[in-house]
Parts: sequence; structure tokens; C-alpha cells
Amino acid sequence: MIRVLVAKPGLDGHDRGAKVIARALRDAGMEVIYTGLHQTPDQIVEAALSEDVDVLAISILSGAHPTLVPRITALLHENGANDILVLLGGIIPDEDVSLMFDAGVHQVFGPGTDTKDIVDYIKEHVKER
Amino acid sequence: MDAQTLYDGILAGNRRAVARGLTWIDEGGVRGKDLAHRLFAHAGKARVIGITGAPGVGKSTLVNALAINLRRRQNTVGILAVDPSSPFSGGAILGDRIRMQESVDDQGVYMRSLASRGHVGGLSRAAFGAITLLDAAGFGTILVETVGAGQAEVEIMRYAQTVMVVLAPGLGDDIQAIKAGILEIGNVFIVNKSDREGADMTVRSLRGLLSLTPESGEWSPPIIKTEADRSVGIDRVVDSIEQHQSYLRQHNLLNDLRYRQAENVLEQSLDDVRKEVEMLSRRESLWKDTVEEILRGKDPSLYARKLFANWLNATPRGE
Repeated sequence: MIRVLVAKPGLDGHDRGAKVIARALRDAGMEVIYTGLHQTPDQIVEAALSEDVDVLAISILSGAHPTLVPRITALLHENGANDILVLLGGIIPDEDVSLMFDAGVHQVFGPGTDTKDIVDYIKEHVKER
Repeated sequence: MDAQTLYDGILAGNRRAVARGLTWIDEGGVRGKDLAHRLFAHAGKARVIGITGAPGVGKSTLVNALAINLRRRQNTVGILAVDPSSPFSGGAILGDRIRMQESVDDQGVYMRSLASRGHVGGLSRAAFGAITLLDAAGFGTILVETVGAGQAEVEIMRYAQTVMVVLAPGLGDDIQAIKAGILEIGNVFIVNKSDREGADMTVRSLRGLLSLTPESGEWSPPIIKTEADRSVGIDRVVDSIEQHQSYLRQHNLLNDLRYRQAENVLEQSLDDVRKEVEMLSRRESLWKDTVEEILRGKDPSLYARKLFANWLNATPRGE
């Protein structure tokens, strides 16, 4: 069973996209933990570790990804959780994408992505444990 | 993580080991069962509290408020919250954590969301193993929140020492809906959202129904009004949990529960043996041959014994 944490960090108050993703992943047979809006990086990493998820799907539409995402991936790394697949969705400008990869994000999904592509990506890349 | 590292880590209360161990138990395979069975000997110290009731009565918010109160009383708290799996895809959206943010920010609280995975009864198949693990890891109090429950989800009474049934006013004829089932398993009744109209009416009809249920010993279940989102009434709830726990201790009922749990572990192991016998037989031509014999009119129970004997020979297990 693939377990996914869908996380909304920071002050961004829009979670429609996150909820669409959560439903699509559930309909693909995954267990999705949703923790609601306004999560700090510490809260997100604590939830990911406690729930022992395979995938962390972060949604950010506010433009705060250059500060929030590296903080989250650093905390994951500090806790030895390098086996968690980290996905990023929302509004991520093209010029920031490589920055996100450098921070440890495995894949970035922009607006208009077919949810099936996300499901396929997860099924292909999640690690056995 | 290998099984021994995991086992040692759980007994030391290491959070990563606890989290991974729960994954093993939740997946329902051999490694998870072995882990849960080994941990059983280290469990039996925690207070296990069940929280059940219809969807929307505020169970998660109540669990959050209880966890904060218990922390103030120097308890460490483990939380298991079960949500339903989709019968179509097998997936689930687990949202109990949203309402528990305040309590899970505390390192003395560990919270885990479980999906029911098609299991009926209000819990998940792995629930008892998960309780055993948190108990063995040293959490003093374990709060188990069932899926939104109605009449038949009474499984929680097999595993929890104290069962709390939560109701809310204004959910239609809610008491009517639960009277046959979960009303009889409650040790403490909570009327949550008690600032709403109809709260006193709910308390009165609850009291009326409880007077009709057969007396179970000397414990008469209290009815407590709460507003969990503002922590109103929570002190009284935790007090009543403690009173019920000392009642159980005084009457030696905790030992009875522990005995029933050991029985449950044995039952599960027996089920596993049955499955292993079948799997092994199916791998060999023995299965097909046996079916042929039964088609010819032979005694199936005799052949079931043969399958069992074959399994016994094939799997020498350490004493």
C-alpha cells in the first residue's frame, strides 16, 4: 500500500489543487494523509515521519517555494528520511525548477498536469521497503 | 531496517522505529505479525481508551483535547485514528490529523492514521497489533479513534479498557440510530458540541436509554457534556477515564481483558496457520489430489488433517 502525505506549507490559503490530487491518488488506490492548510516545515516533516509515508507531495501556490522547500528537504535529510519521494506541485516558475531539483525534489508538476501522470510517476518511483 | 533493529528500537521508544513497525503491522504480512507477536509480551502496561461515535460528532477534535489534557497530567500519549478505505479503489483519505495539529506538535504525543482496508467493525485488521506496538513502546495512554460508527462497530470493546461513546445534538434521531449497538459498550458517554440547541434533550434521552440497558457490575456510565474545540468539559472526561480505570483495577477486570487479548493473539495465530497450510498445499500437487479425493466422496476433514500433517513436517519451527 502506497502512503502519501499531501502538504500545504506556509501562508498559502488555496488547497483546491491539493484536494484534487488527494482524491486522484485515493482513486488510484493509495492512502492519502491530508494535514490541512498553513503547515510549518517542522510539522510537515514530523507528519511524514510519524505516518511513515512513501511520498511527500507538497503544494505551493504562493511563490514561497524557494524558502520553504529547501527547509523541508533539509529536515527530511537530517532525520535520515532519504527514501521518501518528494514531489512539488502548484505555481513553480520554469527558472526555479532546477533550484527545486537541487534542493532534493524528485519531480515538479505544474498546472494542467494530468493526475494520471502523477499516479504513474509515483507507482514507478516509489521504493520497496 | 531489519527486524531485530526495529524490535529493539520500538522497545526503546524510538519514534522512527515505532513508525516503521506500524507500517509492517499495517501491511498485514508475516514480518508484521511476527513483530506484533513478539511485542505482545512487552505490552499490557498502557491504558487503552476507545473513542467511538457517529461521523461528525467531533471525535478527532475530542481526541486532540484529551491528548493535550493528558500531557498536562504527565502522560505520554499514542493516538491511532482509523478512517474508512474506499470500497472501490482500496485507497483512502485520512484527515484526522487536521484536527489534531495542536496535540501532535508535542513530542510526548505520537499520532498515526490507519485506513480500515475493508475491515468491518470500526477498526482496521491491524488495530490490535498497532495498539500492542504503542503499548510496548512505552506510551502511557493510547487513544484509539474508530471510523464514524453506527450500530455494529463494537470491535473496539475487545481492545480498549475504557470505551467512550461520543454523541452530538442536532444530528437527527441519532440516539435512536445507535441504541442497539454502541450504546451498550460505552463506559463513558459524551455529548459533544453541547453549546448547540438540543444538548440537554440528548442527555435526557441518553439517560433514559441507559436506564433500560442491563446493569453491568457496579459501574454506571457517566454522561458528560463537552465542547471539545474550546476544551470545555475535558477535565471531567479525563477524570472519569481515571475513575473507570481504578474501577477496573479494583475489580480485577484488567486481567480479564489481558486474558481475552492473549486469546485473540492465539486466534490470530491459528488463522495464520490455517492460511499457511492452504498456501503450502496449493503450491504442491497435494491440493489438487485432495480435491479429487473429495470429489470421489472421501471425508474432507480426514484430508484436512493430512494437509495439516504435511505442513507440520515441512515447517520445523524453533521452540
